[in-house]
Amino acid sequence: MESEKRGPSRRGFLTGGLAMGGAAMAAGAAQAGEKAILELPPWTTQLGDGVDARPYGTPSQFEAHVRRRNVAWLTADPVSSVNFTPLHELDGIITPNGLCFERHHSGIAEVDPAEWRLMIHGLVEKPLVFTLEDLKRFPRVNRIHFLECAANSGMEWRGAQLNGCQFTHGMIHNVMYTGVPLKALLDEAGLKPNAKWLLPEGGDAAAMTRSVPLFKALDDCLIAFKMNGEALRPEQGYPARLVVPGWEGNMWVKWIRRIEVGDQPWHHREETSKYTDLMANGQARRFTWEMDVKSVITNPSPQAPIVHGPGPLVVTGVAWSGRGTVREVHVTTDGGNNWHQARIDGPSLDRSMHRFYYEFDWDGKPLLLQSRAVDSEGMVQPTKDRLREVRGVNSIYHNNGIQTWHVRENGEAENVEVS
Amino acid sequence: MSRFLNVLMLAVLVAAPAAAGQLGLGREAAPDEIAAWDIDIRPDGAGLPEGSGTVTDGEEVFVERCAICHGDFGEGRDRWPVLAGGEGSLTADRPEKTIGSYWPYLSTVWDYVHRAMPFGDAQSLTDDEVYAITAYILYLNDLVDEEFELSRANFAEVRLPNEENFFDDPRPDTPLAAEAPLCMSDCKDEVKITMRAAVLDVTPEDGSNPTGAVVVETGTEPVAEAQSALDPALAEAGAKVYKKCKGCHQVGEGVKNRAGPHLNGVLGRTAGSLDGFRYSKAMTAKGAEGLVWTAETLNAFLEKPKSFVPKTKMSFKGLKSADDRAAIAAYLSQFTE
Repeated sequence: MESEKRGPSRRGFLTGGLAMGGAAMAAGAAQAGEKAILELPPWTTQLGDGVDARPYGTPSQFEAHVRRRNVAWLTADPVSSVNFTPLHELDGIITPNGLCFERHHSGIAEVDPAEWRLMIHGLVEKPLVFTLEDLKRFPRVNRIHFLECAANSGMEWRGAQLNGCQFTHGMIHNVMYTGVPLKALLDEAGLKPNAKWLLPEGGDAAAMTRSVPLFKALDDCLIAFKMNGEALRPEQGYPARLVVPGWEGNMWVKWIRRIEVGDQPWHHREETSKYTDLMANGQARRFTWEMDVKSVITNPSPQAPIVHGPGPLVVTGVAWSGRGTVREVHVTTDGGNNWHQARIDGPSLDRSMHRFYYEFDWDGKPLLLQSRAVDSEGMVQPTKDRLREVRGVNSIYHNNGIQTWHVRENGEAENVEVS
Repeated sequence: MSRFLNVLMLAVLVAAPAAAGQLGLGREAAPDEIAAWDIDIRPDGAGLPEGSGTVTDGEEVFVERCAICHGDFGEGRDRWPVLAGGEGSLTADRPEKTIGSYWPYLSTVWDYVHRAMPFGDAQSLTDDEVYAITAYILYLNDLVDEEFELSRANFAEVRLPNEENFFDDPRPDTPLAAEAPLCMSDCKDEVKITMRAAVLDVTPEDGSNPTGAVVVETGTEPVAEAQSALDPALAEAGAKVYKKCKGCHQVGEGVKNRAGPHLNGVLGRTAGSLDGFRYSKAMTAKGAEGLVWTAETLNAFLEKPKSFVPKTKMSFKGLKSADDRAAIAAYLSQFTE
């Protein structure tokens, strides 16, 4: 039976969906009743699964196309690689746990929580070891924050390259963390007066390390053990990870096992050879921690074309800033000539994703869609050309430029750049 | 707008949970525990253990443990990192960021090789081997001569050429709303499309198996036979052991050769015979002599690869446990061509 098959694939959208169109449906309805109403489907006449069938629920079988995807040519091996959040399939501000993009450097560490330990040592009065149970005895907090890889949109520095916001902007997720402020753990060990830097380290086979300045750790960093209410997923650092609100994702050390307190940065691999931003003059920026204000329209977009023809259209997308909240988002349909105020709906939280909408009556003519965000610090999302003027095209990281989708008459969308 | 000012403002705005002060949670870390985990090295040499290694020693270890991905001379195979060369390329259209051309500090090399390399067999190198590999990488980048020996004593004397070219984050470097009032209407004379993603066509299509996920074939006749003889518990144990192999060897649907050949149908395959993979001469020769992979020959090879096939390219040092070797064979028997 047709209705029981897979959900719509991207190709299905482009062929079947577009061919049908809104006009055809309206005309058909006037003549004869629709099968979906006149014939009873099996789910109306037959019993479904009982409560024992799905003890840990999974999405509908018709949503099988909603998944993380890899770009195989990006890296040498999927064990040290990245996949991407399907932003065009989501709404609101929360990313479901199973769709949060993954980036790990030596695969997923499958840590036994009974053998997990967190050590704090170095410039402290008393070096300490915590078990997971110890951690859960500290006062805890709940915070919703985005985590964006510094390389998100990094493939687009030289121009439009990947067709889909999943690939151009999908190295981001936004979840609620439950955890313990790192300050509480550091206070427990007692910081020495010359403490200035921390070195969090992962327990995976990359033993990931980053130097984190103490002021950030004392301000708002967490050691989190829950995401969206349940235990961290293995690929997100189970049983515990560092949360560094607003700062580049690489610093959010997963499977954290150790924090050393020191008086200077360590200049490790991920903050020298990687995650430094090479400028056109051959010099490189280091310690580029904050993720600047950024937004993208998720629908319509290349993976989510318009299938309903002209008429009322919902344009939606997400915006975020590592320096605060998003104050406003503007949307243009003509490539930046005229801008409209978009409507932000849902919670507006510090260093969290914001959801925006712009609704209008589409005349069926081609669109050049862009969004432009302004954050609470007054920072404006720049054009890609502006970024290239200042930074050249080889800095890989921190591309927060304005994205353009070209929507054609048939509703298909393409990643383009405009003058 | 300084980062520090932001912090001050936030400190006022964000309500922290009550607490602070000491709760008496956790226990004191023992000195041997700290020593076991405290493996980080700093640019000033803090953290380095006693030890040393020469360029010559380093070449031997590098060829055995590193070259399969990085190439004998650090040139990088496939898409694995290039470690040497690239001098003067940082202002070029396609910069080549190697240890010699880009990395600011030698300590980063020692620290990273020691903590995370070889890929898939992390923290297996001795301190002297790490000194030796680091010395060899310096040599590959023309920074020392072939007589050089690196040690804890002379470590801080070695400086990498690009150290001075790093500087702290100068952002914001794009306009603020306050400085440049935002245009809302009639902002442009004309708008033209200047570039299209479809021209490059590098977007992945659905239907492939992009994650290289391990999928067990079940449909065909020979697989059904293999599975009937299979000890499921042993194969499951083998799946765990296989994690040591999967960095280089793929199995399942849509396999490709990686650093090592794919292992679908390896049981029954003549050694060194898979089309499209560049074996060592030694492995091809073994195949010509008639070596066929069976549970027995695989067991012998995996116990000590370099003894069974001297000069094999496989850098894996072997599986000591006979149980692990039997489990691997059981696991691999599920994957046919």
